[in-house]
Amino acid sequence: MERTVGADMLRGVRAGLPVAVGYLPMAMAFGVLATQTGLSFGQAAAMSLFVYAGASQFASLGLLAGGASALAIVLATLVLNFRHFLMSVALSRRIPLARRPGRAAWAAPMGLGFGITDETFVVASLNESLTPPFFIGLALTAYLAWLSGTLIGAGFSSLIPAVIARGMGVALYAMFIAILIPGVKKAWINGLVAIAGASLAWGASLAVPGLPSGWRIVIAILVASAVGAAAGGEETASPGREESA
Amino acid sequence: MIWLMIAGMCMVTFLPRVIPLLLGRDLVLPRWVRRWLSFFPYAALGALIFPGILTVIEGRPWIGLAAGACAALLALKARNAIFPVLAAIAVTVVLDLIGT
Repeated sequence: MERTVGADMLRGVRAGLPVAVGYLPMAMAFGVLATQTGLSFGQAAAMSLFVYAGASQFASLGLLAGGASALAIVLATLVLNFRHFLMSVALSRRIPLARRPGRAAWAAPMGLGFGITDETFVVASLNESLTPPFFIGLALTAYLAWLSGTLIGAGFSSLIPAVIARGMGVALYAMFIAILIPGVKKAWINGLVAIAGASLAWGASLAVPGLPSGWRIVIAILVASAVGAAAGGEETASPGREESA
Repeated sequence: MIWLMIAGMCMVTFLPRVIPLLLGRDLVLPRWVRRWLSFFPYAALGALIFPGILTVIEGRPWIGLAAGACAALLALKARNAIFPVLAAIAVTVVLDLIGT
């Protein structure tokens, strides 16, 4: 049992490496920008430590610089991060969380939930054998990369040369593509749903220029998945078996 | 004011992430909802890739597209995502340098 947990966790860490490569330069950029915006080192670190949501952390800096109130920034964060609610709903069907008595019943969902980001969500849900230790390994790798990047950026500056950092900006997109391809090979409908999601996100950003990026994803998730569910006949999209309710 | 803001941001980010996992186990969902949920990751992938990939290098959308195409080709063969990712970074850095 011990060995399986350790092996699962290690698989999660490995799956998290591309995420870490993508997070590191972004987090450094956040750290640099945060201190330039007037946050202290501790405040920048606390943001990545406790909030841990890239897009909204950057947005908060922009809003702060624009003189927005704390309440407005908190509301903007809620709006921007609502997509994680949908992702958590989908993950809750995939992660077999055993019902445990007492404190563990709360601790496991809270720990796993905190680790949900766009990237950990797609990596975890498209993994054939998703288990809690796998997700912990994946989420910890991503979290540590985000946190250490922030500390480096806020403490020193972006240590990575600008041209390399810009190049590393493609990492997450490449990872998304690399995990999409096997799914499309498995069932064409998965590719169709992804194309629908991309078109909706693009269309939404063109139609409503000021739309927060989080809502592009919310719209794409809700509508494109419905297209898939309606068109998919009896196929199951998820690689893992559906936990019987 | 900044600390208050961070505390608020923490709450409104944490709760939506955790509440479904806390309740999820006890929810019995109809079949069509489960099918709908099962497509969420693919729909999210589409929206995460596009149009964002056009903005990897500001003002030169084709660099992101070229790197993405390279990642896609490698992903057809590779078992791990890390090789397509490293190759895409290399392509982006080279194309970025050539242009400047």
